[in-house]
Amino acid sequence: MIELIDVRVTYDPDSATRPHLQTGRIRVPEGDLVLVVGPTGSGKSTLLRTLNGLVPHFTGGRLEGQVLVDGRDTREHRPRDLSQVVGMVGQDPVAGFVTETVEEEIAYGLETLGLSPSAMRRRVEESLDVLGVADLRARPLRELSGGQQQRVAVASVLAAGPRVLVLDEPTSSLDPVSAEDVLAAVHRLVHDLGVTVVLAEHRLERVVHHADSVLLVENGVVSPMLTPQEAMTRSTIAPPVVRLGRRLGWDPLPLSIRDARRRAARDRLPAVPAPRVADRPLAEGSAAATTRRLHLRRRGTTVLGEVDLTIRTGRVSVLMGRNGAGKSTLLGCLAGLLTPTSGAVRVDDLDPSRTPPRRLVHAVGLVPQDAASLLYHDSVARECAAADVDFGRPAGTCASLLLRIAPHLDPDAHPRDLSEGGRVLLALAVVLTGEPALVLLDEPTRGLDYTAKERLGGVLRELAEHGHAVLMATHDVEMAAEAADDVLLLADGEIIGDGPAREILCDSPAFAPQVAKVMHPAHYLTVDEVPLSEPETAEARP
Amino acid sequence: MSPADRLSRPRLLHPVAWWAWGLLLAAAASRTTNPVYLLLLLAVVGWVVVQRRETGASSTMGVFLAIALTAVAIRVVMTILLGSAIGGRTVLVDLPEVPLPDWMAGVRLGGPVQLEALLDAVYHGLQLATILVCVGACNVLADPRRLLRYVPATLYDVGTAVVVALTYVPQLADDARRVRTARRLRGHDGRGVREVARLVVPVLESSLDRSLALAASMESRGYGRVTLAQKEHRRSVALTMVGLGGVLVGVYGLLDSSTPAALGLPVLAVGSACAVAALLTGSRRDRRTPYRRDPWRAPETLVIASSAVAAVALSTAAARDAAGIVPPQVPATWPVVSLPLAAALLAPLLAGVLSPRPPRRAALEDRAREVAQA
Repeated sequence: MIELIDVRVTYDPDSATRPHLQTGRIRVPEGDLVLVVGPTGSGKSTLLRTLNGLVPHFTGGRLEGQVLVDGRDTREHRPRDLSQVVGMVGQDPVAGFVTETVEEEIAYGLETLGLSPSAMRRRVEESLDVLGVADLRARPLRELSGGQQQRVAVASVLAAGPRVLVLDEPTSSLDPVSAEDVLAAVHRLVHDLGVTVVLAEHRLERVVHHADSVLLVENGVVSPMLTPQEAMTRSTIAPPVVRLGRRLGWDPLPLSIRDARRRAARDRLPAVPAPRVADRPLAEGSAAATTRRLHLRRRGTTVLGEVDLTIRTGRVSVLMGRNGAGKSTLLGCLAGLLTPTSGAVRVDDLDPSRTPPRRLVHAVGLVPQDAASLLYHDSVARECAAADVDFGRPAGTCASLLLRIAPHLDPDAHPRDLSEGGRVLLALAVVLTGEPALVLLDEPTRGLDYTAKERLGGVLRELAEHGHAVLMATHDVEMAAEAADDVLLLADGEIIGDGPAREILCDSPAFAPQVAKVMHPAHYLTVDEVPLSEPETAEARP
Repeated sequence: MSPADRLSRPRLLHPVAWWAWGLLLAAAASRTTNPVYLLLLLAVVGWVVVQRRETGASSTMGVFLAIALTAVAIRVVMTILLGSAIGGRTVLVDLPEVPLPDWMAGVRLGGPVQLEALLDAVYHGLQLATILVCVGACNVLADPRRLLRYVPATLYDVGTAVVVALTYVPQLADDARRVRTARRLRGHDGRGVREVARLVVPVLESSLDRSLALAASMESRGYGRVTLAQKEHRRSVALTMVGLGGVLVGVYGLLDSSTPAALGLPVLAVGSACAVAALLTGSRRDRRTPYRRDPWRAPETLVIASSAVAAVALSTAAARDAAGIVPPQVPATWPVVSLPLAAALLAPLLAGVLSPRPPRRAALEDRAREVAQA
């Protein structure tokens, strides 16, 4: 279906540097679900964009070799001519929407194709059904949830009837359940309609067991087609379940929870007693922030019911809950961006909504969901200098903080050229310049690969050890399992769970990390906690 | 069963029909300053909007009403403060006159306020307000975005640009809010001119990013794959531009009573001819197909006819200088009202009865009726 023959992509033909993308001979058979795996900035998006000719027709640059999709050479066919062959959905579906409502959006591509109105009507209805968005047909696109938007985006390219679907990180901003919805829809397309799907995804734990084959991309070099097993043995990044398998020396490596549990049952692993790692004592820190009967209504709807919570210093707390549960609103209240309808918020004995920002930033710092919006200078060094001025600190404060939490960042780089993870760390350094006791992070893991997440987790732990109180809102259960002391579960504007991470995460079917699912009922959270070898495992069997 | 349901099942009326209806009424309003006729028109528009507004439709009417009221208020206040050329005999109040420097000779601040001048201001303000309300009604009855789908094929690119721009406005506001939040997080209060200037670059940056993403998405989805040949395209664009220009000048000539009618009609005719020719060239070669176009049936024609009656009646009366169309200002008297003309102005009310009921609203009404019967 797709054939890449010695493709080389260079954006700057004069420079003698290595190409941005380099492949050997790759053949993707019809009906495969191909997973593209690689760290941020490795060239995944470039690879995906060669498949419908956006590289080089739209992005510029130079493409050597050949890309054949359904027998058509992308050098001769522009992306617009390939829209019936390849459907492409980007990372942020909202940015790609042309119209206002669901139905019009799906019809848009068909109108440009010049399909007859009756056939078009049929196609639109079919696409609505296949992606399960028929009940949303008249809704404005902006009002949909992230998962619904992503499914509409898929429906709108699918309507043109492409045999290949290319998805660039379709679930990176979704909560686990919406992400599952989108992936289930994709799975159905592969199995029921025989569509060939090429999918890039950071959170491998969600997709690797669905994949037929994997392409590893590292520094622009694309591996040949590998089976998921092979790929996971070779890949530097791997989901927890695979790392667990590696740690315990399982062969073949488990790719799904089911594989791992079966294997674990054979080894009688769940019988292993509760982890010996001692949880850190609860009543360690003092209260950095408290809310009492915090209530917030916006345009007649209740966003936060009645929230009572205490955030303690010296601990990393993680705020979880589905999209729209009120996580960002709660952080906004703590950071003084929103004024509660009623109830009290206290941060460092200040009422955030009544404190001028100049004072408040020394009590509470927030890294917003889109970390880049906090950065507006043209180099990392200048960004740091500006932060020193903004927060009234001696020159060099922010730079030395950055050196501590992200020594790998080049001070001359433009913040927009940093990787997603680099930007989050830079924004964190900026916020920390004010030396706030309470550090809030809103969805920092969006678009981060495993290495970046690991680094961020380490930084947060270190901050807690230095006496900060850290509260992070995230969808990423693996990140929560790695970094959290406490977990707060938010649903419908109410706190429905508040306690040590181990207790809350291991008992929840939706929020349990992979290791906990495999080791259930033993309460293990991370791969490193699982004891290496048991006397009666491998040796005891014939 | 309402009479509307006999004509057509509940559906949205073709947006072009609603806009033609409203604009014809606006044209009628532009012909008269008689407050009785204007109030009649306002009442008619108001009633039809109440009857045929779709549940959940945009409620921009409030904005238009506010602008209309402001227009009347400004006109009246200016007349009181600055006086007016109308003059008049009946002095209502004599405000103290503020002495002004020599270089402002010819401007008077304060002084006597005459009833005639005040009435003139109210009438003209009311006229402007009625026109605004008519346009506002079009907005509420048929979303302008739906209207954009009927942009002729030749102007498709322009139409797309407008649609995209319309979706960008709320996103731009979101961006601005986000950047302002970020400023607060860095200890600035986000107020003042310098702070606003700080917003500009990040907001532009993110909208540029978004434009690129949108362009990539449109490109991948086949935008622009069916186009006219270069030469043909240029010809049809030129024809369209000339045509639209002609129509614009023609309509202006017809509506503005000070330009000779001889200029209006011929230019309008030539303009329309050009426009039609352009549309034909464009649509003959355009292979793009429309999705779910609204049908044009009897109710559409009837709706337009109903308001055409009012517009034609007022225009002919105005052309014949009939009494009461432009009531004499000095001295102030009750405006003359002709009953047949008033009846003609009520004709557009039929639109509220003959046009199909909007579907969502019809469903709600029917359910309410069933509940009431049970």
